[in-house]
Amino acid sequence: MFWDQKIETIECAALEALQLKRLQATARRVASNVPFYQQKFAELGVKPGQIKSLADVRRLPFTISADLRETYPTGLLAVPKDDTLRLHTSSGTTGKPKALFFSAKDVDNAAELIARCLVMTGVTKRDVLQNMMTYGLFTGALVMHYGAEKVGCLVIPAGPGNSEKQVLLMQDFRTTVIHVTPSYALYLADFLEKKGVDPRRDLALRKAFVGAEPYTEETRRKIEQALGIDVYNSYGLSEMNGPGIAFECEHKCGMHLWEDNFLLEIVDPKTGEPLPDGQTGELVLTTLCREAMPLLRYRTRDITSIIPGPCPCGRTHRRLHRITGRADDMLIVRGVNIYPQQIERVLMSLPAVGRNYQIVLEGLDEMTINVELAEAGFDGHVEHLTRLQSEIADRLRAEILTKPKVHLVPPGTLPVSEGKAKRVIDNRSL
Amino acid sequence: MSAVNLIAVFAENQLGQMARITKVLADAGINIRWVTIATNETLGVIKFLVDKCDLAYQSLHQKGWTVSLVEVLAIEVEDRPGGLHAIADCLARNKINVENSSGFVSHNRAVLLIEVQDVAKARQILAKQNLRFLSQEEILKL
Repeated sequence: MFWDQKIETIECAALEALQLKRLQATARRVASNVPFYQQKFAELGVKPGQIKSLADVRRLPFTISADLRETYPTGLLAVPKDDTLRLHTSSGTTGKPKALFFSAKDVDNAAELIARCLVMTGVTKRDVLQNMMTYGLFTGALVMHYGAEKVGCLVIPAGPGNSEKQVLLMQDFRTTVIHVTPSYALYLADFLEKKGVDPRRDLALRKAFVGAEPYTEETRRKIEQALGIDVYNSYGLSEMNGPGIAFECEHKCGMHLWEDNFLLEIVDPKTGEPLPDGQTGELVLTTLCREAMPLLRYRTRDITSIIPGPCPCGRTHRRLHRITGRADDMLIVRGVNIYPQQIERVLMSLPAVGRNYQIVLEGLDEMTINVELAEAGFDGHVEHLTRLQSEIADRLRAEILTKPKVHLVPPGTLPVSEGKAKRVIDNRSL
Repeated sequence: MSAVNLIAVFAENQLGQMARITKVLADAGINIRWVTIATNETLGVIKFLVDKCDLAYQSLHQKGWTVSLVEVLAIEVEDRPGGLHAIADCLARNKINVENSSGFVSHNRAVLLIEVQDVAKARQILAKQNLRFLSQEEILKL
């Protein structure tokens, strides 16, 4: 199913011509309207007129996360403030947040992209979508909300947490689709189990759009299995609208990135040099349709690769591999680079392991992984638990090249999150 | 022959865990007849023989504890030198590994509890030695 078949299956040559036209227009607009980019262009000695092909994007300056904080609140606006319609911010744990402005056209466009994402997994106006992301300054919930309304779904703006209420709403309004973070989806599955609610028997759930935190294929399967639904991986970031940047189609084999709206590059996270299709690196995005706040070559810090070749669904927009980590999340333990997702992949592949875990770093590079046992993983024998602990440690060593301590803990004893999970606790005295 | 079931509780190896568990059992009016604790560096499993097994399971589960039933063989051992050896020797000759065992003497009767992988097989082999097994009811009446 297509929302906008013409643009979703556009020929590559036509797509590239459209991208170039939009890139040139964007470069011209920021060069004349945004002092921040005027200065960057001057430093690099580049003029918008020099953009003759898509490869020329490399001449343009990168924009990094710190640039958004430094130009806060209105330094990156490309339109008069009166022409903006909505403000979101991106969570800043320290200091100032990033301010993100939308014009009326930007709001509509973001909803349009969400509509494409939803329809490509088979969502129709007959669906009931319960939106479990945080409403407010965070883009996650509102952008999805507008997109789902565009498709004609009944949207329940539940927000995250308050699991009792979530279950009530799901039961009484026969919710078919949820939009949720992976950690809350797992939490909810546990909660339903404790309440004695069988999702296959008692709920009408069919699909979940899961995103806002990176997660692994093993976690996807765990959620699918626990809730009896299809889980579609979604990718977005507040700096680029929020959700709806890249979503999976019904084939679940990578996320189509809407290339008519975003110019996509994969670069070496250290040098910023472009990498060819198929190689893993940092995702860099340039907005092609944004009015209020265009961004050139934004360094997302997300690590992924482009999946080469066509998708059976017929969409020509290239697919991104599942995000394997954030350049910022990378841990260095005993000199080894480790992404938390590597640890999660190992844990979630073991049936005796439950749904929650925690990585604790202490002292001089001591790594301990606290792992919840699955309810069914306990048979009363301490020897079996000891054996499982060493099996987990051995498997982790094979994956991350350093052997952590593994502490198995009873199910439900690690802190749970109803929003974004805090998986890593770094108390090292380095 | 009905089996003897112990209640096994998974607990972190931390101060006060035993007190929290026994409070749940006390509050539910459950009498503990016998207890054993097995630990490794970080965790422990506490096993109880109780008078009301199902109620104990439900009460602990409801309070969020991770519990499991463990089936054991309760063997009456002759209260004399060599009594235990006869059993251990028989199991060894038949290549049955004892995962855990413990014993107690009550009113001059010695009882050995053993955990093995294959309870039925161990029972079959030991029965040939004219050993007496105690059922859950019998062991609670001791």
